Amino acid sequence: MHDIVNAAANFINLDIVNITYLFLVGFVGGLVSGFIGSGGAFVLTPGMMSLGVPGLVAVASNMCHKFPKALVGAIKRAKYGQVDVKLGIVLGISAEAGVLYGAHIQESIKKAFGDAGSNLYVSVAFVAILGIVGTFVLRDAWKTYKSGSTHEEEKVTKIAKWVQSINIPGTMVYFKSLNARVSVLFTIPLGFATGMLAATIAVGGFIGVPAMIYVLGAPSLMASATELVIAFVMGLGGSFKYALSGLVDIRLAMIILGGSLFGIQLGAIGTTYVKPFMIKVVMGVIMVTVLFSRALMVPVYMSQLGLIGQLGDTTVKALKSTSFAIMIFALALGAFIVLKAMWQGRRAEKLSAQEAISHSKV
Amino acid sequence: MGSSYGKKKPVGKMVIMGIISIALYTALLMNQDIINNYIGRGGVYAFLPIVTAFIFSFVHGKFTGDFWTVMGVEAARKKKEVK
Repeated sequence: MHDIVNAAANFINLDIVNITYLFLVGFVGGLVSGFIGSGGAFVLTPGMMSLGVPGLVAVASNMCHKFPKALVGAIKRAKYGQVDVKLGIVLGISAEAGVLYGAHIQESIKKAFGDAGSNLYVSVAFVAILGIVGTFVLRDAWKTYKSGSTHEEEKVTKIAKWVQSINIPGTMVYFKSLNARVSVLFTIPLGFATGMLAATIAVGGFIGVPAMIYVLGAPSLMASATELVIAFVMGLGGSFKYALSGLVDIRLAMIILGGSLFGIQLGAIGTTYVKPFMIKVVMGVIMVTVLFSRALMVPVYMSQLGLIGQLGDTTVKALKSTSFAIMIFALALGAFIVLKAMWQGRRAEKLSAQEAISHSKV
Repeated sequence: MGSSYGKKKPVGKMVIMGIISIALYTALLMNQDIINNYIGRGGVYAFLPIVTAFIFSFVHGKFTGDFWTVMGVEAARKKKEVK
C-alpha cells in the first residue's frame, strides 16, 4: 500500500481559512446528517477535494469523522425512540462487507489511473446515485405534499409489503421499526449496496435510508435514525481499513467533527418537530442539487485523463467555481429547510402551549 | 427528554467539557506534523485515528449536547402526533 500512497503528499496545509471552512461545512453537514441520517459527506467529500485534498484521502478522512458523529447522533435519536438498533446492526454488518469491497475497487482505480481517475470515479458515482435515488425520493415527497396527506401515517410500499410477506425459514428476523419479520436474505444485499456506496462516495445513506423506507417498509424517521447506527458500524470498519493504508488525515476529520457535532445535535432535535415527509424533502432536494455540482467536474477529470480534449484554463476555472457555488447553495438550502421546519415546529408547539394555558385559565 | 421545564441548565458541565475539547483541538493542531507522520505510516498505527476519534466524540459530543440545552434548544416536549 505504501508504494501507492505517499502519505506526506496527501496531507494539505491547514490555515485558519481552511479550518473555518471545514468547521462550517462540518456543521451544516452534521445538521443534515442529524436530520436525514446521512448526507454530510456528499458536501464534505467534495468540500475537502475543493481544498486540494485527493479524492481517496477526502473519502477516508470523511469516514473517520462520520463514525464518531453517527455514534453521537444515534445515541441522541435513540433517546427519542427513533432508532431500531437491531436493524441498524444487521444492515451495518453487511454494509461492512460492502465497504471493504468498495474500498478495494477504489484502491485499484487509484493504482491504475491515479488521482484524476479516482476523482472521476467518485464524481460519476455521485451523479448517477444522486440522480436516480434523489429524483425518486423527491418525487415521492412531492406526491405526499400534493395529496395533502402529510399528517397521515406513512404508507408501506407494495414492494415492502411483498418483502415482509416472504417467509424463508431460518432467515427470518423481527424488526421493531418494521413491526414485521423480514428475511435477512433481503437485508444483506441492501446493506452491501449501502456499504459499497459509502466506500465510494462516503454517503451510504443515499441507498440505505430509501431502501429501509421503500424496500423494507420502515417509517422515514426511524429509517433516518437507524441509518446512523449503520453509519457507525461501517464507518468504524471503513476508517480502520483506510487507516491501515495511512490515508486518514485526522486533522481534517476532527475539525469537521468539531462542527458536525454541533450540527448533528441540532438536526436530531429538529426531527422531533417535523412531519416525517420532511425527511424525504430535505434528502431529495439536497441530493438533486449536489449532483449538478459534481456533474460539472466530470469533464475536468476526463480531460485530465485524456478521455476528452484538453480544456482551457479559463473553462476549468469556471467549471470549478460554478461547481463550488452550487455545492454551497445545496448546503445552505439543506440547512435552511431543516432550520425553517424546526423553527415552525417550535413556534407551533409554543402556540399550542400558550393556548392550553389560556384555556385552563378560562 | 419530556419535562425539562424548570430543570437547571448544565452550564458547569458545558464549560468543563468545552475547556477539555479546546485543549484536545489545540494539542492536535500544535502537534500536527508529528501526528500526521505517525498516522500516515498506516499499518499498526491505524488504531491512532480511531482512538482519537472516539476520545473527541465523547468529549466534544457531551459539550455540544449541553451547549444546545444551555441555549434553550431542546426536543419537542410532546410526543409527535400520529393520526
